[in-house]
Amino acid sequence: MSIGQYAKRERILITGDCRPSLPRFVKMRHDAGRGRWILLAPERVFNPDEIAVAVLQKCDGKRSVSDIADSLADEYKAPADLILKDIVDMLQDLADKGVLNAGEPAQNQAAKT
Amino acid sequence: MNEVTPVETSAIAAVDPSCARAPVGMLCELTHRCPLQCPYCSNPTDLERVNTELTTAEWQDVMRQAGELGILQVHLSGGEPTARKDLEEILDAAVKAGLYTNLITAGVTLTRDRMMKLAEIGLDHVQLSIQDVDPENADRISAYKGGLAKKIEVSQWAKEAGMALTINAPIHRQNIHNVPRMIEFAIECGAGRIEIAHVQYYAWALLNRSSLMPTRESFMTAAKQVEEAREKYKGIIVIDMVVPDYYAKFPKPCMGGWAKQILNVTPSGRVLPCHAAESITHLQFDNVKDRPLADIWLNGDAFNKYRGTEWMKEPCRSCPRKEIDFGGCRCQAFALTGDAANTDPACSLSPMHEEWAKVAEVESHSTPPEFVYRRVGAVKVTVGGA
Repeated sequence: MSIGQYAKRERILITGDCRPSLPRFVKMRHDAGRGRWILLAPERVFNPDEIAVAVLQKCDGKRSVSDIADSLADEYKAPADLILKDIVDMLQDLADKGVLNAGEPAQNQAAKT
Repeated sequence: MNEVTPVETSAIAAVDPSCARAPVGMLCELTHRCPLQCPYCSNPTDLERVNTELTTAEWQDVMRQAGELGILQVHLSGGEPTARKDLEEILDAAVKAGLYTNLITAGVTLTRDRMMKLAEIGLDHVQLSIQDVDPENADRISAYKGGLAKKIEVSQWAKEAGMALTINAPIHRQNIHNVPRMIEFAIECGAGRIEIAHVQYYAWALLNRSSLMPTRESFMTAAKQVEEAREKYKGIIVIDMVVPDYYAKFPKPCMGGWAKQILNVTPSGRVLPCHAAESITHLQFDNVKDRPLADIWLNGDAFNKYRGTEWMKEPCRSCPRKEIDFGGCRCQAFALTGDAANTDPACSLSPMHEEWAKVAEVESHSTPPEFVYRRVGAVKVTVGGA
């Protein structure tokens, strides 16, 4: 049995340079009936908090994680390095659960440390 | 971030009281027709006939009602859901209702064109079953020739279309030795997720239990292999495991609690708190043809009968775990004790637990009998059903 192209997949490692986005099959929407935001994924429903929603709304595949951290640091008047760490942790968790695309350069080996 | 799965609960900020109480997921058995004959099928042994199935318009209405009720995810299942020629039209209604859509399929009758069409309509997730990674054994278990090669093709179409892919691997005595290879197979297919789903012993699987029950030792080995694979493949594939409760200390929180998170609609439109609920023979089930879905969910007798914890007897009633596992599975309690309000014998606190656990010990060490394959008319004495 040889299928090939997916066999050598690597874990996505989130860094400040990644340009994350939600895959086609992950959907964030407001759940009006329950008054909350939800992230819909295969056999999972996540409840993102206010900050997570703000981050994920900026995950458009164009902005880097550092850009997003800077912009939120500005918005919430908080230290950028602290925000960056929190965001990287959160996005890494989502990537490990298979619900985030990291974008270049993290999906090749360049960002691996 | 909180994660809500069928086995976990979370605090919900209620706005609309009926929506806030809505199930997270709806399992739709679009048909009981299936080209495969797996002896552990979760469908009832009394399979519903094609002439009783809901029409296209009726299924579409179910999807609209589900969206309004606040249901988040719909699982289009069967039987084999692609046996319905109107699957596209039903899917379209589900997508338009805002539901996250999951197709639970054996894949063997799909074509590339149809997969692309389903993706285009808006299908989010394909859950593809495998019977084994050894083609001959897979053929034997499913009584279908050449299934595995076809499934590999289907997996590649799902990836090509950008849909999420889960490999669903029902595990039992006759394929449990291949758990690590199944995980590798799923990775090679490009799946983001695999379910190592130990067979649950209801309906067809209960009938075939002595052919399917693994030994405790082989279960423990497989569980360890899953743990190792989770570590090794972290960030590459999510591995979910459904444990066989014959070897558990506490029962599973069946359906995340009766009438709490999930509802099931049968091919003919009966609405059940779980797919095996018809085995509890004294329950009456409403039909979407007669009553709105929301009304059935909120007020239907079968749903209210074991909802919450008020119905519990001892040892459940005073148990600190009663909000964790809800006393286990009502269907199993009924099948084995004659009273669905009793503690599930899977629980070590059940007075029947020891006797029950012995069954697994004895059967798993005996020579397995031939399978009773899942097909219409295979079982003369039916369990449940209307």
